[in-house]
Amino acid sequence: MSGWFANVDWGDIGRACVDTLAMLGGSLVLTVLLGLPLGILLYLTAERQISENRIVNVGLGVVVNILRSVPFVILLIVMIPLTVATVGTSLGVVGAIPPLVVGAAPFYARLVEGALREVDRTTIEAAQAMGATTRQIVTAALIPEAMPGLISGATVTAVALVSFTAMAGVVGAGGLGDLAIRFGYQRFQTDVMVVTVVLLILLVQVIQIAGDRLARQFSHR
Amino acid sequence: MIALTDVHKRFAGSAGAALNGVSLEVARGEVFGVIGPSGAGKSTLIRLINALEVPSAGSVVVDGVDVASLRPPELRALRRRIGMIFQNFGLLSSRTVAANVAFPLRLAGVARAEREAKVAGLLARVGLADHAAKYPAQLSGGQKQRVGIARALATDPDILLCDEATSALDPETTRSVLDLLRTLNRDLGLTVVLITHEMEVVRTVCDRVAVLDQGQVVETGAVADIFAGATHAATRRMLAAIGA
Repeated sequence: MSGWFANVDWGDIGRACVDTLAMLGGSLVLTVLLGLPLGILLYLTAERQISENRIVNVGLGVVVNILRSVPFVILLIVMIPLTVATVGTSLGVVGAIPPLVVGAAPFYARLVEGALREVDRTTIEAAQAMGATTRQIVTAALIPEAMPGLISGATVTAVALVSFTAMAGVVGAGGLGDLAIRFGYQRFQTDVMVVTVVLLILLVQVIQIAGDRLARQFSHR
Repeated sequence: MIALTDVHKRFAGSAGAALNGVSLEVARGEVFGVIGPSGAGKSTLIRLINALEVPSAGSVVVDGVDVASLRPPELRALRRRIGMIFQNFGLLSSRTVAANVAFPLRLAGVARAEREAKVAGLLARVGLADHAAKYPAQLSGGQKQRVGIARALATDPDILLCDEATSALDPETTRSVLDLLRTLNRDLGLTVVLITHEMEVVRTVCDRVAVLDQGQVVETGAVADIFAGATHAATRRMLAAIGA
């Protein structure tokens, strides 16, 4: 065992795992908190929807598309001044979270918008006909009806965030990606590379299985 | 009870008008049918009554009030007095039958104990007392429409709007849903406005009928009279379709 993994410092691996999980957890929560209302707004203001508003819809759409078209590695660097201004540092777990959220929230917002569009139009119309306010339609009809899709979207976003955290390792965020690059790549320690990649694969599997199971719990179709 | 006066409706981006000068009156306590081929403007017409659509010109008056003049809270209050059922039911798939029926009461802020008592009564009335804990996906089409009806009745409306409510159902189920509507009309004094493309539905359940063709009312009258002597070509076509 020790022969095969001669270069692997399991303490480092453990700390890197904790960092990756912290980045993932922190950024996923903020991404959902930001992306969900953004996606709802995109849905509500679209053409022939309850709060149709062309200016808001096009404006938000353009911002979302711009953020989504910047490659994440570049976003990481471009955001450094903003990251320092908001959380005081661009390094470590804390410094990674702002770019992770800015990169993932527009992505999740589009998935939210798509999930809401899948909700039966008649159901929304029925709620309107019952005298529901827009707020009631969103909280009591749209979100519960779209819940399986919202969870699947969050799962896809979490998996994307895992690969984003690895990239964030490049600019000093720490975590498994950082380990893979500094030891596995730059020092040719293939065993470190293998261990980190296997751990990332396991993490993605766990996220996907948990997400699918949760989505199924909310589905009564 | 309901009066449409010279109503026009034109949708942005579409060439013709959906409704082109429609006037009709629905009396309290009657079952009023609007029949017409698809594309005649029926869906638009029925949605004017609870202001899901607003007219481009003309007025829609319900119980003496022009619905276009209502502020949002007043409009929501009016909508609670107008139940509506749909061709595709519009049930919440994420909620049980009981929760679906309780939904309009929750929106209106009715307390839980009162909601539960009310829902039990409504489900018994539509013959679904044993299905309260099921989800809509576990029900047949006819049962789903009964849930829709129970839900529409939850806020004790005076008016029930039926948007092609039996068009997705087989003839036997259609008959039982129409019987239920008739019973509710008789027992609760409910005013029913229904739109359909099926003459058979009109014959079974309606007191009076308006024939809508290309956005205009071409004929109005008691159902018996229309069946005995239709004057307009569109009406004769629809009668011919059922061999009457």
